[in-house]
Amino acid sequence: MNLDARIPQGPLEQKWARHRAELKLVNPANKRKYTVLMVGSGLAGAGGAASMAELGYEVKCFCYQDSPRRAHSIAAQGGINAAKNYPNDGDSVYRLFYDTVKGGDFRSREANVYRLAEVSVNIIDQCVALGVPFAREYGGLLANRSFGGAQVSRTFYARGQTGQQLLLGAYQALERQVARGKVEMFPRHEMQELIVVDGRARGIVVRDLVTGELEAHLGDAVCLATGGYGNVFFLSTNAKGCNTTAIWRAYKHGAGFANPAFTQIHPTCIPVTGEHQSKLTLMSESLRNDGRIWVPKKQGDTRPPAEIPEDERDYYLERMYPSFGNLAPRDISSRAAKRVCDEGRGVGPGGQGVYLDFAEAIGRLGEDAIREKYGNLFEMYERITAENPYKVPMRIYPASHYTMGGLWVDYNLMSTIPGLFVLGEANFSDHGANRLGASALMQGLADGYFVIPYTIGDYLARTPRHSVSGDHPAVRAAVDAVRARIARLMGIKGKRTPTSFYRELGSLLWERCGMSRNRAGLEEALARIPVLREAFWRDLTVAGEAGELNQSLELAGRVADFLELGELMVRDALAREESCGCHFREEYQTEDGEARRDDARFAHVAVWEYTGEGRAPLRHEEPLTYESVHLATRSYK
Amino acid sequence: MNLTLHVWRQKGPRERGRFVTYRATDVSADMSFLEMLDVVNEGLLLKGEEPIAFDHDCREGICGACGMVINGRPHGPKARTTTCQLHLRSFRDGQELWLEPWRSRAFPVVKDLIVDRGAFDRVIQAGGYISAAIGSAPDANAVPIRKENADLAMDAAACIGCGACVAACPNGSAMLFTAAKISHLGLLAQGQPERYERAAAMVETMDAEGFGSCTNHNECEAACPKGISVAFIARLNADFVRARLTEGRRLEQVGEGGV
Amino acid sequence: MTTATAPAALRLKVPYVASTIGRKVVMAVTGLVLFGFVLVHMIGNLTLYAGPEAMDGYSRFLHTFLHGGGLWIARVVLLTCAVLHVWSAASLTLDSWAARPVGYRLWKAKDSTYASRTMRWGGVILFLFIIFHILNLTLGHFDPGYVPGDVYANVVHAFRQWPVSVFYIVAMFALGLHLDHGVWSLFHTLGFSHPRYKRWLREAARGFAILLVVGNCSFPIAVLAGWVR
Ligand SMILES: Cc1cc2nc3c(=O)[nH]c(=O)nc-3n(C[C@H](O)[C@H](O)[C@H](O)COP(=O)(O)OP(=O)(O)OC[C@H]3O[C@@H](n4cnc5c(N)ncnc54)[C@H](O)[C@@H]3O)c2cc1C
Ligand code: HEM
Ligand code: FES
Repeated sequence: MNLDARIPQGPLEQKWARHRAELKLVNPANKRKYTVLMVGSGLAGAGGAASMAELGYEVKCFCYQDSPRRAHSIAAQGGINAAKNYPNDGDSVYRLFYDTVKGGDFRSREANVYRLAEVSVNIIDQCVALGVPFAREYGGLLANRSFGGAQVSRTFYARGQTGQQLLLGAYQALERQVARGKVEMFPRHEMQELIVVDGRARGIVVRDLVTGELEAHLGDAVCLATGGYGNVFFLSTNAKGCNTTAIWRAYKHGAGFANPAFTQIHPTCIPVTGEHQSKLTLMSESLRNDGRIWVPKKQGDTRPPAEIPEDERDYYLERMYPSFGNLAPRDISSRAAKRVCDEGRGVGPGGQGVYLDFAEAIGRLGEDAIREKYGNLFEMYERITAENPYKVPMRIYPASHYTMGGLWVDYNLMSTIPGLFVLGEANFSDHGANRLGASALMQGLADGYFVIPYTIGDYLARTPRHSVSGDHPAVRAAVDAVRARIARLMGIKGKRTPTSFYRELGSLLWERCGMSRNRAGLEEALARIPVLREAFWRDLTVAGEAGELNQSLELAGRVADFLELGELMVRDALAREESCGCHFREEYQTEDGEARRDDARFAHVAVWEYTGEGRAPLRHEEPLTYESVHLATRSYK
Repeated sequence: MNLTLHVWRQKGPRERGRFVTYRATDVSADMSFLEMLDVVNEGLLLKGEEPIAFDHDCREGICGACGMVINGRPHGPKARTTTCQLHLRSFRDGQELWLEPWRSRAFPVVKDLIVDRGAFDRVIQAGGYISAAIGSAPDANAVPIRKENADLAMDAAACIGCGACVAACPNGSAMLFTAAKISHLGLLAQGQPERYERAAAMVETMDAEGFGSCTNHNECEAACPKGISVAFIARLNADFVRARLTEGRRLEQVGEGGV
Repeated sequence: MTTATAPAALRLKVPYVASTIGRKVVMAVTGLVLFGFVLVHMIGNLTLYAGPEAMDGYSRFLHTFLHGGGLWIARVVLLTCAVLHVWSAASLTLDSWAARPVGYRLWKAKDSTYASRTMRWGGVILFLFIIFHILNLTLGHFDPGYVPGDVYANVVHAFRQWPVSVFYIVAMFALGLHLDHGVWSLFHTLGFSHPRYKRWLREAARGFAILLVVGNCSFPIAVLAGWVR
């Protein structure tokens, strides 16, 4: 597997500029002769599709929702980072770069992260020009807040709906190109297969989710911007439809899958209420700016929070991490919450929760100030839990939220399959082993607006053009493979629903490959997943027909892929014998329970290669070399 | 708790629909409404029957995918709440519920409770954007914007495009949706250059899609899960009137395509 | 690379009044004129309480104003407005009905008012009433003792017939409801809405509606009660 990241030469600060100058260009008159397929309409997908269409390429864009505006990016609440340094508090491109590399526990590529920090500035300009109504100060200039443990205020936000507003900006730019005839939009279409011709990605097979028909779409390059696979845990903050299908098909065609075990667990979500739970709701991390996290000091203390006196409360983050306190990074806060709950000090039904208490902030700032800042989040909390967080502390618990892992890409965002580009959360990205708050939106838009428009041109200009006809054997084989797979799912006619398998897989991964992992647990999972998968293919039931809108069939297909991906995650977690970022192996911790990284053995990206049905995948390594930063131990104490 | 559901079942756009009665037994008041439907669907699936099709994705009230009329109210009885954010504690044990899809000519039923809201995308395509080519933007702070306007723009931009306004409107009008976008962009400095063209083109498309005509009932605002105000409709009216009555001087003079 | 679609939209491909908002504006403007008329009409009719001379004198004034031309100008304007108003109302109503071919099994109103929901059928009652009213008091139908120019006496005759009075009162309630919504709604349609004035405007609309209902209904009641004879 060729893992040459094609990082440009030269000093870090000049790499991207130099690279852009060296990239080949497609003649403007020729651009319309190229068709690019974009799967996904989130920030990365809509942004990329709109900017490539703007340049003149013909773009076809696909999403599984009924409208591109509903891509899961819509749900991001907190904000987007950019090194604008408007507040004059010492931020810079370098600092954003450094924070991101450090936050990722030194498991990301320097050059990519630097570029991300560099274009972050342009993103804000572009979004404002597109009409994103960011929060403003009375003077009319943009407001910033500090977020997710950063020590500067570099986060731009639009109330608690930043992702929505950024996505609507990109969506509107996309619809403008649809109106111009440069983008053809295919909502309610799910990618089921990648078409590779002569070693290059040349098309995809999609299922029209309304009619059930299979369609092959061909083009000169394929971009996947299909988001993360956090739903592998069944319960997560992701939208119900988020899936791994697109990247999993690509993996099975030879695209390397990087760091699948790097999954982020977000510390502030509303805890599970019962068996029926179908998803978990995130409470924006910004709440930690004013809320204090605590549990009772005593085990099994079931008194209502108000009756627990101050000196019987354990503000454990403030205690363990005095300098960051409640703002400690996500992986650290999540694990701390798990630890206190495992000690039997968790609160709420089932003991899987900790308090996030605003009493002190309300006392200090007044209820109105808190309402002004977090009103919509408090409302949301009350709607779900029927508890009033102005009066009783919120209860929160960590939940699966984001996946740093994804398809491996080089500096140009191209996977190991030539012509297959991967954008946004779907790639293994710039976040190493842990993503900082407000950085995913930044990465999605950076990839879509500012990276892919350049790098795709270089690929197209270097690649000889020849067209692929619809009855090429590779095309027919891909369509047949999808048809056979669907027929197989429909034909089992067993006794268990897709959801029942899905729940089982999810809880197994959550227990064994979630917030903290150990060899015994991972080995157990590795043994159990194939059994579950076998049961799935033997005992599944799906209703209705393949040739119509069929939501149980859609789910079954997604679960089938999660059942395979889950196994790869476990393998990756097992092979990485260190703790770093979100990947916490109990065997590798310091005396006081902190992660112990092993830079000598694991300062690399683990890239998995598919080797065929029933055979173990191969693990490759892309070494990570650091020229500008030196590997330090993360400390938030 | 137990509920009796009368659910609109319709196999496809051209098929005839009808109500079918199901029972949701032993469901918990802490469940969300959609989780209750999940339970009913699991039961149907095990009996070999087709589950009830309904749209949903984020399940946290932001994507705008979900939505059905529950006992005569779009998104159910709770104000400012999407169907996915509705919990069973808003209902009584033993209650009978009628579940219907959004009913509008512009939103044909796809299946059961799912409708096709593509008309909304086409209204946006007509002009619900600012033409700012990627890469061409000036510094974000180059143009200060009055906070009040930015906040109002955000109020309008909070629309999730779920279609409850159309479903709720006795006239099946899409004015609130269209007005929200026109106001969001029209309140910002960046949205000024295209302001009148936008209003004219979006309203033209809205009419062509077959939505009805607003008579200021305010049912849309009442049903809107984001509480978008009908005041934006007045803003749309003003922009449209101006677009159609006084703007376009140049075009009238120069004719085809201007210069 | 510019979009060709947007400027074209300003070129009035479709005549202004064909758009829904265009027709609504027509309805609002004509509604405003008609509202002005009913208000002035009611105030003028208060001369009933000042006796036959006052009322007949007022009528003579109307008939001789601008050498008789004033009345005709008013009639033409009002008729045009009425026709446009009814036309726009009817065509928009048909559009709206077509927008929901399959209705709901169950429907619960929330913020709409009885007044807003009865604009259409209330409008039809008003329309029928206006025809009757003109036939009755302007042209002298349904009244054997009608004497042209003898306005005071004609009004008293007419209202002594209780069915006429009842219809009149019913129509005035319809008018009250129509204006309770209409007078507020027309500002919204013409593009004016501000949270600071919204309640005020709604209350003013209601005030005018009540004023008109009370004022107009007082005439038949006064006649039937024998206070005016
Ligand atoms: C609740 C929540 C809050 C968050 N808050 C923040 C925040 O405050 N700041 C921040 O920076 N990040 C935040 N994130 C993370 C961030 O939102 C995501 O990482 C980011 O939006 C991903 O964007 P994307 O474009 O890669 O993918 P998505 O937005 O997930 O889009 C995926 C697209 O792919 C399509 N798709 C998927 N599979 C298929 C298929 N098989 N066939 C066809 N189409 C397919 C979908 O239809 C969709 O259009 C948050 C995430 C969550 C879940
Ligand atoms: C004395 C006679 C009348 C007066 C003073 C009057 C006044 C008004 C006013 C002010 C409006 C508000 C316009 C707006 O919504 O912006 C209105 C609306 C309307 N009128 Fe009339 N009208 C009269 C007669 C009629 C008649 C005869 C009909 C019908 C046959 C009618 C039907 C309607 C309808 C359907 C509306 C629209 C409802 C709405 O917008 O909510 N009106 N009228
Ligand atoms: S499912 Fe997204 S708003 Fe309800």
